[in-house]
Parts: sequence; C-alpha cells; structure tokens
Amino acid sequence: MALLEVNNLGISFGGLRAVDNFNITIEKGDLYGLIGPNGAGKTTVFNLLTGVYVPTDGSIVLDGVKLNGKPAHDICKCGMARTFQNIRLFDKMSVLDNVKTALHNQVKYSLLSSIIRTPAYFNAERNMDKKAIEILKVFGLDRICEYKASNLPYGMQRKLEIARALATNPKLLLLDEPAAGMNPTETQELMDMIRFIRDNFDIAVLLIEHDMNLVLGICEQLKVLDYGRIIAEGDPVKVVNDPRVITAYLGE
Amino acid sequence: MENLKKKFAGKKALTNLLFIVISYAIITFLLKGGILNRQYTSLLVPIAVNIILAVSLNLITGFLGELSLGHAGFMSIGAYVGALITINMDAPEVVELAIALIAGGAVAAFFGFIIGMPVLRLNGDYLAIVTLGFGEIIKSILISLEITNGAKGLQKIPLYTNYKSYTLVFILMAISVIAITNIVNSRHGRAICSIRDNSIATESIGINVSRFKVMAFVISAFFAGIAGVLYAHNVGILKPTTFDYNKSIEILVIVVLGGMGSIRGSIIAAVILTALPELLRGADDFRMLLYAVVLIIIMLFNHSKIKEGLYNNNTIGKLFGKKTDKKKVGE
Repeated sequence: MALLEVNNLGISFGGLRAVDNFNITIEKGDLYGLIGPNGAGKTTVFNLLTGVYVPTDGSIVLDGVKLNGKPAHDICKCGMARTFQNIRLFDKMSVLDNVKTALHNQVKYSLLSSIIRTPAYFNAERNMDKKAIEILKVFGLDRICEYKASNLPYGMQRKLEIARALATNPKLLLLDEPAAGMNPTETQELMDMIRFIRDNFDIAVLLIEHDMNLVLGICEQLKVLDYGRIIAEGDPVKVVNDPRVITAYLGE
Repeated sequence: MENLKKKFAGKKALTNLLFIVISYAIITFLLKGGILNRQYTSLLVPIAVNIILAVSLNLITGFLGELSLGHAGFMSIGAYVGALITINMDAPEVVELAIALIAGGAVAAFFGFIIGMPVLRLNGDYLAIVTLGFGEIIKSILISLEITNGAKGLQKIPLYTNYKSYTLVFILMAISVIAITNIVNSRHGRAICSIRDNSIATESIGINVSRFKVMAFVISAFFAGIAGVLYAHNVGILKPTTFDYNKSIEILVIVVLGGMGSIRGSIIAAVILTALPELLRGADDFRMLLYAVVLIIIMLFNHSKIKEGLYNNNTIGKLFGKKTDKKKVGE
C-alpha cells in the first residue's frame, strides 16, 4: 500500500476554489515535486495535508490512517512533518532547543518529574540531547547548537527548520520552497542533503520548489498545479516540456 | 560536548542553591542582628509574596507570551480560600496552614483552568481585556458573597506568616521559584516557550498548543493562589478592593521591569519595587512621584548600553550568570 494516498482533495474559500480535485499517491522513499506558478495553490495543498486547513472534500490517508479533520498536532504524530515557505523557527530559543522541542513526542516524562527533577528527567534530557545532536550533525549545525536561532544566517535557518521537522520522526517530509533565497552552491548542497535524508531516515519527501535545477536534479516525479488544478504529472523532464505547463508559466 | 553541558547544568543548579542559601543567611543576619527596624521586617513577607506573584505571572507573560491583567484575581481567590479555612478550622497551626496553602492553590488553579479556556480563542489585546474583566468579576463576587463578608472583608485571620515565621515563607518562596524554573527548563517549558515564538510551527511539530496554553495558566494561577494565602496570613485582614486591577498592574510592572522571560529579573525587580515605596517614606508627598521616576530610570537603564556593557564585561556578566552574547554566525 502507498504511504500517502490523497483522493479528490479540494477546498473552497467562499466562492474561490483554491484547490480542486487534487490526487497524489506517494510511495515509501519517493522524492516527489510539486510545482506551479505563483498562487497556483501549492502551499494550500501543504496546509490541507498538515491540517492547517480542513479540506472541504476529499480524503487524505497516510500509512493507513485517515487524516481528514484531525488537528495539526495529531497529523504530525501520525508521521507528517513540514517546513514553511517563510521560515518559522523558535527565534528566541537556541538551535539545540529548537530541535529538542520537536522531540517532544519522542522522549517523554511527566510534569511532576520535571518539577522535582527525578532521574527520569535527567535520563530523558540526556537522551534528547543525544538525539538532537545526531540530527544537527547531518546538517552541520552541531557546532553552533548553543546559538540563538534568530542569529543564524538565512541558509542555516532553512537547514535548522528541516532538522526540526526531521526530529519529529516523520514518514513523509513536506518541504515548502527549501531552496528559496539560496545561492547555487547552497542549492547544490541542499540537493545532496535531501537525498541523504531520504536514504538515511527512511522517509518520503514531497517538495514545493521554483528552482528548476533542484526540481529536475532530485525529483523523481512531478505534479504541476495551476489555478488549484493538476495540469500535468509524471516524469520531470517530460512534464516541464509539456506545452500546457509552459503556457501556465509563460502565457500564450 | 555532552559532558560539558552536563557540567554546566550542574554548576547552574549549584549557583542557584548558593544564591538561595546566601540570601537566607543575609536576611537572618539582618534580623537577628537587629539591623532591620520594624518598618523593614514587615516587608519581608510582602517581598516574598511579590516574588512568587511576579515569577508565576512571568510564566504567562514572559514564557507563554500572553498578556494577562487579572493576576490579582487568582491571588484573591487563594487568599480568601486560605483565610476561610484557617478561620473556620481548629487544628495545629502547621496543619491549618498546609491545608490552606494546598486548597488556596488548587482553587486558584481551577479558576486558571476556566480562564484558560478563552485563551484558546483569543490572544494579544483581546486576552488582556478578558483577563482584566475576570479580575474585576472576582472582585465583585467577593463583595457580594455572604461567606466572604462582603465589602467589609475578612477579619481576624490568624497571622501565621508574619515576619517571625519568615523561614517558612522563605522556603515556600524558594520552592515556588525552583518549581517554575524547573518547569521552564523541561520539555513542557520548551513547548510553552515555542508557542510564544511561533504557535503555528509548534502545532506543526506535534505539540498540542491549546493544552500547553491552559497548562501555563493553571500552573501560574496555582502559585498566585499560594502567594494569596501567604498574603492573607501576613496582613490578617482581607478586603476585596485590595485585589483590583491596580494590584494586577503592579505585578505586571515587576515582570516587565525585571525583563520578560527572566526569572532572576523578576526576583530582583520584586525586591526593589516592594521595598521602594517604604524606603521613600521619608519623602512624604513626593513619594509616589519619586517612585514613578525610579520606574522610568530603571526602564531606561534596561535598554541602555550601560547594562549591555555590564553584562558583556566578563566578571560582572558571570555574576549575573549571563552567557556573553555570541556574534552572529558567518557574518
């Protein structure tokens, strides 16, 4: 069975049909791309999948669990993690604490044991530190784990956001424009990293991206959205040469 | 790396403990040495009460990032519940006070839970108004109820927490502060702080934002209730008008002055701002004017380069336990 199955997903804001009849099937280990011109509804699809919006119709099934109508935090527990187009870090917290916050549901202890500092607290915290550092190492952020998140340069903030999403132990990772604002070297680095994550953390990745180098470089399948509808899908090279896609981006 | 962190955490706990012991020793010395006169000894418990109030309010304003203007409401609930218990009970002093503290805290926490509900739907200015209204409602209820003796208030509350039993009050204060500090530095505290920084991201990493908002309110109200019980048994008389919005603002001023999200700051500000009106008593008519001027000066100091310089100066910075601010990475 597929990891993620989405059927006939749609949402209306008043009279505006933002996403209509959206279907996607993602298998374990897939690297899937979602592209489209500005305002096509890509981020809305992410918001529907992660429970920020409740879909008007359609169904979302992740690993056999129906996600429609569940609150965002439950959807995350089911194994879906995401990053945001405009970075949303915990600015005033340290890099390490950002990731440790995301380990909230992996390593647990009660409120009482945190007040009176039982051995359970210390064990769990040590365990959390270890796990967080492990993840930060992948992104080369472990050396600066004591820094405040808001003090990091842009590229590192993007990486930290991905690290934080990974810390929730997802089955499917949604990346919203991970390469936005990055230079070509950084983008290349990011591509290697995404592949590395996919292979080593045993997850599938669905990403929104405008950078065609990245999309064509790593995505194995593509979906193109325009005005909330899928206008093309399949093999990346074929898709980007599709006349409908070119029309959507460049006009007639 | 890991060892280093562990060592650091241990050292921090030790410094805090040392700080508590030293401040207790100083108070004892001043009291037993007869250096403090009656006017100042009577300030000991109010200072402790204000420290608990400020630190607990800091959990909501500084760490959860929500503005609450009804903290005196929680305090009054604790005070009245505690006072009614000790007035009507006939048991040894310690037992009475223990029950009063637990009950006062618990009832206040219950109201914290109730007021925590609208918090889920409101934030910012709206929440401030709701909590302000809540404080006023509590006051009106206390005035109209039979059991609270209306506007006349409760009298002849046994003085269990006057300056003679400052050891007990000090221990309770230390426990409250340590408990809140420990919560802030745990997974629950991180969840609360992350809501302040970005609630959408918090939700996206699987944390139930509603649950932790209510939790912060309940914990904060609990400790405000405890502070209320201590207050009631210190002054001996309770009047509903004591707990109007001025009291809430007073607590908020302490928190803001000490620095949002700084427990140490709240403690220092609570000590200064509780003692200040008494210290200025000599100035008679100009007392409140001077008080206001001092407030403004402290506020300006908080945002000045002088403070930054003091903090970044290594020796003094260490004294305050502040890590020297690291430079931005890669810039």
